Amino acid sequence: MIERAMVIVGAGQGGLQMAESLRAEGWTGPIRLVGDEPVAPYNRPPLSKAVLSGESGPDTLIIRGPDFFAKKGIDLETATRVAAIDRAAKEVVLADGRRIAYAGLALATGSRARTLPLPGADLDGIVTLRTLADALALKERLAGARSLAVVGGGFIGLEVAASARKAGVEVTVIEAVPRLMARAVSEPISAWYAALHARHGVRILCSTGVEGFLGEAGRVAAVATSAGPIAADVVVVGVGVVPDDDLARACGLACDRGVVVDECSRTSDPAIVALGDCTARRLPDGTLRRLESVQNAVEQAKSGAAWLMGKERPFIATPWFWSDQYDVKLQMAGLSAGHDRSVVRGSPDDGAFSIFYWRGGRLVACDGVNRPQDHMAARKLLDKGVSPSPDEIADPAFDLAAFVRAA
Amino acid sequence: MVKVVFIEPAGGEVSLDATEGWSLMQVATSQGVEGIDAECGGSCACATCHCYAEGEAAAHLPPPSEAELAMLEHVVAERRPSSRLSCQIKATPMIDGLILRVAETQS
Repeated sequence: MIERAMVIVGAGQGGLQMAESLRAEGWTGPIRLVGDEPVAPYNRPPLSKAVLSGESGPDTLIIRGPDFFAKKGIDLETATRVAAIDRAAKEVVLADGRRIAYAGLALATGSRARTLPLPGADLDGIVTLRTLADALALKERLAGARSLAVVGGGFIGLEVAASARKAGVEVTVIEAVPRLMARAVSEPISAWYAALHARHGVRILCSTGVEGFLGEAGRVAAVATSAGPIAADVVVVGVGVVPDDDLARACGLACDRGVVVDECSRTSDPAIVALGDCTARRLPDGTLRRLESVQNAVEQAKSGAAWLMGKERPFIATPWFWSDQYDVKLQMAGLSAGHDRSVVRGSPDDGAFSIFYWRGGRLVACDGVNRPQDHMAARKLLDKGVSPSPDEIADPAFDLAAFVRAA
Repeated sequence: MVKVVFIEPAGGEVSLDATEGWSLMQVATSQGVEGIDAECGGSCACATCHCYAEGEAAAHLPPPSEAELAMLEHVVAERRPSSRLSCQIKATPMIDGLILRVAETQS
């Protein structure tokens, strides 16, 4: 009888974490890590930053070298597509017809960049950014470009804008809603970042709809917007992602804008877990939460590995994210949506400040701009459910670090 | 090549050749040194690549930036005067022979 393997579909940071956590949890059988990209698992966050600006070469992104996979007994198969999951036989079917029998299966299929089905969208020069190959291609395009239009004023769009400005390219950011990063941060942070980008020479058009793309000889030349045409020889579309849940849907797992999982990363099939960008996590109150972040992928992987080894390790830690634009680090802890009180700590004019948010007297989130100490403190307080008062946070003399130690 | 020795939490010593310009976190994780999580991939955003810098070469390290110092306030293992985030140390000839003792826990 063949030995069943732990099979992981998707070899990104989350898939790799899954493999490592399975070993840490004591799985001694085979581990098959299957990914469709042609490279070993790499860090995706630098793609829109250090890779585009040329500070980091692609080799520095690879998380683990070949020796590591051998040492841990992780069988990595790159450039390999999975065609289907046969839940009855507990087998994964590869695109080339091979079948892998699984003891436990982890879906870490990630997400795809959302595209805009608008006139002219297939013109050359209109790109999205998700993979290392995307980043290297974009870097090359920017090297020969005069002007870049970024559709979407979220993290990816703004990080690309900052990197392109470093390379001396003219940049226009086109955002449909009235402010930048509206889904993630509060209004004052959006306004501060609009001013930051303006200081670096980025033209920002908020409340501006994109109607299509205009080209010459098959190449993009401009973006047609509600504010008129915006000339651009390269266009980056950064309007969010679509969770890659095709395999899960096709084999009948519960999906709702992502593979539905619980806090232990379990899907509707107890032998299958899912993690990272491809998931929607069911919270105790019944609502679904989609998070696209490194922390989410890593923590869900740890929980999923524990479950496949028969242990419950719920992922309940405070969500955190970050974004690097120019020399400014934005760090977010918790979710500020629905807050009823906020207080600024530090000085926006000096470029180092945080905004803390409360709902019903309870601290719910903190957005920090070049204030890593506040971010780390907020994460600890949110994890513990301890709330400093707005007056305390507003007082520059309040010793937040001491408060955290005593919490 | 720059020689750096990592001491893993379980006590194992790993001597590595570091490519100049790489961060010591990248050097360690790419070659499978145990005990470094480095969740954020080297952005000085997570404080999970905490090490203690030891040996004579430690004296030649550039001092930590303000951002690194702020993150070090929140490492999970004991913070010592020798505490550093390995993602913020670049491999240079000046630090040849550096010993990095990986903190016993990162999260």
